[in-house]
Amino acid sequence: MVGLTGYGGYVPNLRLNRKVVASTHAWIAPNLMGKGKGERSVGNWDEDAVTMAVEACRDCLGDDDDRSHIDALYFASTTMPFADRLNSGIIASALTLETGTQAVDVANTQRAGTSALIEALNKVEAGGASHALVVASDMRKARAASAQELDFGDGAACFTVGKDNILAEFVGSHSVTHDFVDHFRGDHEEFDYNWEERWVRDEGLAKIVPEAIQGVLSKTGVAPGDINHIVMPCLFPRVPQSIAKTCGLNPEALHDTLAAVAGDTGAAHSSVLLAKALETAKAGEKILVLHFGQGCDALIFSATDKINSFSPRHGISGWLAHRREETNYMKYLTFRGLIEWEKGMRAEKDNKTALTTLYRNNDMIMGLVGGRCTETGVIQFPRSRISINPNNPTVDTQEPYKFAEKVGKILSWSADALTFSMAPPNHFGMVTFEEGGRIMMDITDVVPGEVESGMDVRMVFRIKDVDEQRGFKRYFWKAAPAELSAGAQSQAAE
Amino acid sequence: MASGIKDKVAILGMGCSKFGERWDANPEDLMVEAYLEAMQDAGIDATQLDAAWFSTHIDEVGTGKGGTPLSMALRLPNIAVTRVENFCASGSEAFRGAVYAVAAGAADIALAVGIEKLKDTGYGGLPVANPGTLTPQVAPNGSAPGNFAQLASAYRAKHNVSKEDLKRAIAHVSVKSHDNGAKNPKAHLRKPVTEEQVINAPMIAEPLGLFDCCGVSDGAAAAIVTTPEIAKSLGKGDIITVKAMQLALSNGLESQHNSWDGSYFHTARVAAKKAYAEAGISKPREQVSMMEVHDCFSVTELVTMEDLFISPEGGAVKDVMDGFYDSDGQVPCQIDGGLKCFGHPIGASGLRMLYEMYLQLLGRAEERQLPNPSIGMTHNLGGSPSTNVCSVCIIGAHDA
Repeated sequence: MVGLTGYGGYVPNLRLNRKVVASTHAWIAPNLMGKGKGERSVGNWDEDAVTMAVEACRDCLGDDDDRSHIDALYFASTTMPFADRLNSGIIASALTLETGTQAVDVANTQRAGTSALIEALNKVEAGGASHALVVASDMRKARAASAQELDFGDGAACFTVGKDNILAEFVGSHSVTHDFVDHFRGDHEEFDYNWEERWVRDEGLAKIVPEAIQGVLSKTGVAPGDINHIVMPCLFPRVPQSIAKTCGLNPEALHDTLAAVAGDTGAAHSSVLLAKALETAKAGEKILVLHFGQGCDALIFSATDKINSFSPRHGISGWLAHRREETNYMKYLTFRGLIEWEKGMRAEKDNKTALTTLYRNNDMIMGLVGGRCTETGVIQFPRSRISINPNNPTVDTQEPYKFAEKVGKILSWSADALTFSMAPPNHFGMVTFEEGGRIMMDITDVVPGEVESGMDVRMVFRIKDVDEQRGFKRYFWKAAPAELSAGAQSQAAE
Repeated sequence: MASGIKDKVAILGMGCSKFGERWDANPEDLMVEAYLEAMQDAGIDATQLDAAWFSTHIDEVGTGKGGTPLSMALRLPNIAVTRVENFCASGSEAFRGAVYAVAAGAADIALAVGIEKLKDTGYGGLPVANPGTLTPQVAPNGSAPGNFAQLASAYRAKHNVSKEDLKRAIAHVSVKSHDNGAKNPKAHLRKPVTEEQVINAPMIAEPLGLFDCCGVSDGAAAAIVTTPEIAKSLGKGDIITVKAMQLALSNGLESQHNSWDGSYFHTARVAAKKAYAEAGISKPREQVSMMEVHDCFSVTELVTMEDLFISPEGGAVKDVMDGFYDSDGQVPCQIDGGLKCFGHPIGASGLRMLYEMYLQLLGRAEERQLPNPSIGMTHNLGGSPSTNVCSVCIIGAHDA
């Protein structure tokens, strides 16, 4: 028996008000006014598919920073930051996974998330890995005044796959493949190109998805009426209901697509919906997962009696509740690089990254690993040959010590309006950790007035700088408020 | 036990260029300006110089690397020129090199020149630094004001000072310096400001507004040092000698160990203690006549008053508001206008501070002249509160 042994997710806290966007475009695209409802999730400027994936994995893996049991990692996305650099390798480094972990990128289709999940389930079932981590994440760009700009959202979800302590048993899957191009994004293109919606709906979704559903039902012997939960990303309202009816499924079993509160998170979306469905699934219930994209993947899971024994750190529901309304459309355009803006000369700083230095210090930079003196117990960041202990500077006594899952406290801080920042003023400060150690670091996901000495912060893996000249992104850890607040207002919206 | 530097070295002459936005001047012009004044003051010619120390911090603008920019600009007679760099304390480092050379007997007369030409970047504030290959991958994205502003949040938390009270106290620090700078023809900023102006100025890095930050300017300063005996033989009457010269550097304690609370400068306290011991000063609050401290930001000056043991721990806000450091206060601070009004051409600032102490001790400070000062102290800091170098230098009359 193989199945899901854990789940988690991540939705960035900025929620762009769609009415504001649609109203801005009403003069040129009045047809979009109908979509001007609800809100979509928007990653901060320092987030991308990789950083959101790391957050989702941490949400799934929890507080324990011993991840040595993970021996396979699958990362699915259509917006990987690197075309040639193992993106899942970045995630593996950030999570301090063992170097013996097989890391695989699965890309180039909306159903990359389900395809990665099927691969992981099959691999573990076949004994090729014992504990696989599967994460899907997407942060798609869309042209201003396009329907996609309003439909899309940013987010990620993660599962652990194993043979013990299964929460949801893998019953079976079926995939169909058609070179049906409802949309495409060419190599080196930033945006999708979409064909007529009516054709996509009638010739694509309405025919291809049922083929996959019928395939998985007949393969597994599960009766349509036994399906209790259906998750199916779909941008067309009512289409999933009609497909469900066609296939003899109960339309009531369909889960909400989160269109009103987050938008469609691309290759991550079936995973996001599944991770949310698992929060409320009951033992014995069957879950059908569908994801359309040049064909369709269909998977069936059956919740076990252990389903309630697990909860993610926050889960999709927790992250959805942790929202900051954003009514400044320009901020979204700026964060996604969709507008040329005057950054000032301070932004001309060369952000070339010495890859030798990066590799030499990989666990420090990517994993936020410092040192702990085995003689004195003094904890420090970074690790060094001679200890920082003022009274006993021991030599060569330090073992790696992980800071990423520790909660820190702000000792001192400032909001810096002089330095170049994508989200000025740039907050940064000295973060101290209760067990020991301190790091002067950037503070993200805050607006002026929110930071004060003594505030608790959690560590988040984010983009540090973008080297636009060479197309490289560097990542490091930042501090973010430890408390997930609900309903905060963005300052720029005031 | 080292015998210390006290009274082993005398200042033979000093010079200081006009500081400011010197659109008219190349770095070489500024060096020459300070040098010629110092040479005239010393009453010697270049052939009498045995060695020189040259401080400049930023390679990206200004003179470029090495000692040759100084040697070439001044047409020095092929003597040794050592370029030194130690963040914003570089100027004091040039002085230290020259003083040590004389004290060691390796040179009879040595020259120290500090320079920075900052206003060739095209934007305000200090040039953006590119510090090595590891630091940019992990260090936060903060400017100098952002780094020093951190003192305020930590100081407020430690001493339970309200945001408003601290903001007013640091405003007074700037008001006092502007009052002084207005009387100094070599200062860059020469307009008095009010506390309200300072408090309401645009925010640069919370809680530091525009007037909480020192200016950014071009400038150079120079010192010529020798032994007291040679100074006398050259006909000098009032001999000003070095009483103490200490430098303390962070070793990572502040940035990596939780024993530091972020509200003070660990290095300044170490350097000040050593300097007082070297100079034989036991009650600095009474014995120091005046000082020039590293007021890169108003809050830096405020906490430094405690780090130099002039104000008691937690007492700087009261002393500042009481006018203790004003020009008519007990220990006038930044009597020349400080970095606040001179701006901070990095390699020059330490020497510029000494220049004012030297003028005051000789009674040559004109409108700013204090009544009978005997001991002048400079405090020259470089880096950030959590990682820095701090120089403390004390000079005074040879017989003081």
